[in-house]
Amino acid sequence: MNELIFFINFVLISGAVIGSIYAIGAIGVTLIFGILRFAHFAHADMMTMGTFIVLILTALFPAVGPAIGLPTAFVMMPVAMAATAVIAIGLDKAFYKPLRDNNVKPVVMVMASVGVTLMLQGLIRFFAGTGTQSLYIDDRKSIFSFNLSDASESIVVTEPQILLFLFTIFAVVALHIFLNRTRLGKAMRAMSDNPDLARVSGINTNTVVGVTWVIAGALACAAGTLLSLDVTLKPDLSFMILLPIFAAAIVGGVGHPYGALVGGFVVGFAETLAVFNWAILLRPLETAFGWDLPADLSFVPTEYKITIPFFILVAILVWRPTGILKGKVL
Amino acid sequence: MALLETHDIYAGYGGMNILNGVKMSIEQDEIGVIVGPNGAGKSTTLKAIFGLLNISEGSITLRGDDITNNAPDALVRKGMAFVPQEHNVFVSLSVEENLEMGAFTRKDDYSYMLERVYSFFPDLKDKRRQPAGELSGGQRQMVAMGRALMVEPSLLLLDEPTAGLSPLYMNEIFERVIAVNESGVGVLMVEQNAKQALRIAHKGFVLAAGQNRYTDTGANLLADPEVAKSFLGG
Ligand SMILES: Nc1ncnc2c1ncn2[C@@H]1O[C@H](COP(=O)(O)OP(=O)(O)OP(=O)(O)O)[C@@H](O)[C@H]1O
Ligand SMILES: [Mg+2]
Repeated sequence: MNELIFFINFVLISGAVIGSIYAIGAIGVTLIFGILRFAHFAHADMMTMGTFIVLILTALFPAVGPAIGLPTAFVMMPVAMAATAVIAIGLDKAFYKPLRDNNVKPVVMVMASVGVTLMLQGLIRFFAGTGTQSLYIDDRKSIFSFNLSDASESIVVTEPQILLFLFTIFAVVALHIFLNRTRLGKAMRAMSDNPDLARVSGINTNTVVGVTWVIAGALACAAGTLLSLDVTLKPDLSFMILLPIFAAAIVGGVGHPYGALVGGFVVGFAETLAVFNWAILLRPLETAFGWDLPADLSFVPTEYKITIPFFILVAILVWRPTGILKGKVL
Repeated sequence: MALLETHDIYAGYGGMNILNGVKMSIEQDEIGVIVGPNGAGKSTTLKAIFGLLNISEGSITLRGDDITNNAPDALVRKGMAFVPQEHNVFVSLSVEENLEMGAFTRKDDYSYMLERVYSFFPDLKDKRRQPAGELSGGQRQMVAMGRALMVEPSLLLLDEPTAGLSPLYMNEIFERVIAVNESGVGVLMVEQNAKQALRIAHKGFVLAAGQNRYTDTGANLLADPEVAKSFLGG
């Protein structure tokens, strides 16, 4: 029984947690690609930046959370999401729009976003230092554990993890409704499908671009915050997950938001399945089959977890370059 | 006053002029047809009128107002609509969503226009939930025209609406164009099926190498042996 609980904790829950983070990040990357046709490398540092805004707000108003009964950082998240959305639009106006107006090739946009990412990294370290911070200032992380009948170990879920799952569901449903039911959402899909025809139809493409940055920026802030609530906040936290986020976007088919969702969980579960010590689960069968299992039986040591999204990325590019859901348009 | 007039416009791609003084004029109740060989600059003319290319010389007026180099969304608000020659539907959007995108600039309730477009193109009504990319070529042209009609334009620009269609579909599209025109919409249309198109044209413009070669009524152009020999295949 304990073996199963280990599996639930370290594979299912961990996979769902990191998969949700990847999915929210990848949705932003894929929306930007769908509308602006370039790989936005600064996305991870936009996450970190948004999270530092949450940290500042949390430090300023530490008592808000305990008053409501939620982590202060989570209460501050919507404000920071709005701020990050505004900054995202500002970054676009300052760095990407001038290039777009000159009709540069996508690779130039990509390089510009690499420049923006380096700039953001510098700014974040300049103002916040390089140390590790906790988003819990005046409150503590609640932990829920569930005991199964005859097991000594228990299934553990933390409050931020539950908030993450709820937010992911909310964000996906809201995005779905936005893209399929609203005038601007449909215009966004139209522009991703055929930008010239969108212009011809009288769709204001600048508005659509603005909306894209608002959504991508807000989601980036949320992903960074929810990840930092689960672990801790470091200046390089999000940059470390840039590769898996791009892997998730590509696995799902770039430009395809539902693909990004699926891709996020594929990459997330692939990681947790690969680093899980399968010896734990197989141990009970050891005597029955006469095996002699080693102490550690994982596919990949935890320190090399980053190779998994890399491997998935290469595999999908070789095997099915358009991604699982054949992406191209929103 | 003419609905649309182009006054010797020069325009092209990347600094090189393709149009070298194109002159056209149509009235509110007219169908104007542009014909000419491949590469003559017919599509370029429509794109230049619709603000998709920079006009380096000359001017365009809509009912006397200067609209030279206006952006497409401004022109849509002024009552113009354009159906490009290629890629003229949103393939991943449903038929109805395509039509809604045509009405993007409208702030009022345009649902009556959806019904009107469906009664105009009954084929589309059953397919309203289907992605436009799954339709036949003729049905796509109907979606493209329907999308343009959603703003209730006073001037409709069509680039080869019958390209690649069977004679049956071609006639159906031409009938629709006549009906649209009779409902009070000025039409300026590029056509490869030159004879059939000139038959329904009030005015015809024969373009070659970015200039007007002949400008006359549709009937006169059809009757002119010179035009017939060089441009209408004898
Ligand atoms: N996007 C573009 N960039 C550069 N040159 C172009 C572009 N589109 C068209 N041209 C050039 O402009 C000229 C006129 O093209 P245009 O599309 O106007 O011809 P057309 O009369 O519509 O021909 P068709 O009957 O084949 O549609 C051609 O020589 C073409 O090569
Ligand atoms: Mg053409």
